[in-house]
Amino acid sequence: MMENFTPYLSLAGGALIGISASILMYLNGRIAGISGIVAGVFSASSITEKAWRLAFVIGLIIGGAIYMHFFPITIAPREFMSTELLIVGGLVIGFGTAMGSGCTSGHGICGISRFSLRSLVATATFLLSGIVTVYVFKQIIGS
Amino acid sequence: MFKILSALVAGVVFGVGLALSQMVNPNKVINFLDITGQWDPSLMFVLGGAVLTTTIAYRFIFSKDKPVFADDFQLPTLLKIDRQLLIGAVLFGAGWGVIGYCPGPVVASLGFGFEEPLIVVTSMLAGMLLCRAIIRR
Repeated sequence: MMENFTPYLSLAGGALIGISASILMYLNGRIAGISGIVAGVFSASSITEKAWRLAFVIGLIIGGAIYMHFFPITIAPREFMSTELLIVGGLVIGFGTAMGSGCTSGHGICGISRFSLRSLVATATFLLSGIVTVYVFKQIIGS
Repeated sequence: MFKILSALVAGVVFGVGLALSQMVNPNKVINFLDITGQWDPSLMFVLGGAVLTTTIAYRFIFSKDKPVFADDFQLPTLLKIDRQLLIGAVLFGAGWGVIGYCPGPVVASLGFGFEEPLIVVTSMLAGMLLCRAIIRR
């Protein structure tokens, strides 16, 4: 049942994410909310505002690449996911995070760590929505 | 310049954290949300580890007058729990459940060189722009 349960690795990865969020707040005074940062690369008010967001996004990609370089066997492309579904999913995620002003990182990590009720409600809502969606999807596909 | 460099470093650490914690594995994310099936609670430990670290660090950070490279801490000013927040979260959660990616992991996954994250990031950007065009916040 739980052969893929990885509590220690997950905890360590989570701690790194927390350290990153802390670096960004301590040095730059900013929330590490990825959906907001990504959108801000295009829509922020000035060049300097766009530049740090772009640097963060580039850093994220480099981080992924570094991990891939050292542990390539733990990462594999997924099978059986249609391109149409990926496009629709991406659109909905982009629209939803922009409308709800945040995602897992901004609301779920930074918001809850600031004891923001708004972020707590948002996190509970998208978790519940995700759980219901997976359940409904499984019934449709019949896996 | 320091602001850009520190954002880059924070981004790298974040990306490694996402990959290490396997948030970048969409099947694992879907299994986490699949509480009535083969539930994999690992991602609760990601969130727990991140929130614990950040909560402790924020206490220390917010006791300072200002950040090192900026004039002030820029925190969200919106406090109201309104319809936009809830509908947005419902939509995001639904998309997350269907494809197993949220914004951070899918951007970090661009570093793996697969096609899938590129498709999702492109359409995600389109979704963000669309929202901005429809709703002015």
